[in-house]
Amino acid sequence: MHIAEGFLPATHCIAWYAVSTPFIVHGARRVIEESKEHPESRLLLAAAGAFTFVLSSIKLPSVTGSSSHPTGTGLGAVLFRPPVMAFLATIVLIFQALLLAHGGITTLGANVFSMGIAGPWVGYGAWLLGSRLGWHRNVSVFLALALADLSTYCVTSVQLGLAFPDPVSGFAGSVAKFLSVFAITQIPLAIAEGILGVLVFRLLADVARPELVKLGVLPAAKAEAVA
Amino acid sequence: MMKRKTLVTLSLVVALVAIFVISFALGSRHGDNPEERFGGTDSIATTQIQESNPDYKPWFSPFFEPASGEIESGLFSLQAGLGGSLLGFAIGALWGRRRAEQALGVPAGSGGTVTPSSQNS
Repeated sequence: MHIAEGFLPATHCIAWYAVSTPFIVHGARRVIEESKEHPESRLLLAAAGAFTFVLSSIKLPSVTGSSSHPTGTGLGAVLFRPPVMAFLATIVLIFQALLLAHGGITTLGANVFSMGIAGPWVGYGAWLLGSRLGWHRNVSVFLALALADLSTYCVTSVQLGLAFPDPVSGFAGSVAKFLSVFAITQIPLAIAEGILGVLVFRLLADVARPELVKLGVLPAAKAEAVA
Repeated sequence: MMKRKTLVTLSLVVALVAIFVISFALGSRHGDNPEERFGGTDSIATTQIQESNPDYKPWFSPFFEPASGEIESGLFSLQAGLGGSLLGFAIGALWGRRRAEQALGVPAGSGGTVTPSSQNS
């Protein structure tokens, strides 16, 4: 879950806004370019945005006895590269901050950084690594989505640790405390998101194979062999 | 081939359900007060902040806050509904695009050349 409204000191809010803004602007540009240059991939772009919109609205129970929601940012990061997700995640976070009082406007910069920037890049990194090492596509997709989800909350924990170092154990102790709330809760959710991602990706590989080949997500040769 | 594909899909769905059954079963054992079970991690974090930093005062509050848990979950479902509709539409439209290509005999791989929205291909 995102950092609640007002729960970061003003200096941190400004700093995170400063860090995230260039990514959001670049992401918005990439979304516009992508839909202009490749009109055929607009539907996939919509699907990637919709996926994170749905997943971040569903709060699920976890082993720790608390609940959290997935992020859904890994799919778009794999399909369109991470910059696009900085923009799409910002839309989701603004919607939740204004309409649901979930997250917040003051903490938006920090939340965009964790969910829209760090998570997608980690997920994309996992996807690239998997492709380089020749892992099965489903394994790479699973790792990309699961790690994009999990890393988002690890970053959230670090952000809160920076803002609220523990009086006794300091920054590290505080991060560990927040990790035990956010990251442990998120593990089963991240695994579930990875599995759901594999299901959705398999579906997309069926209905959107030419688009995925054009995006470079699927190899062209395989398209002919399997189709 | 088709059979194996269905089997994989089915086992993935089963695994997905199993994760939440196990999560729920294990999670239910935490916390003595059933009322507090499965609270959001965000509110746990804010409680934690206020415990370790009692001097910290949240300096901003949301402009609009759902008046009750029911309204809040309604608004969350609205978000899920909007996202789900768009996702379904996008996948459905892609499916239709493939069908149209097949009907027109366009070779697979040409990438949506039959949709009116695509100017270049």
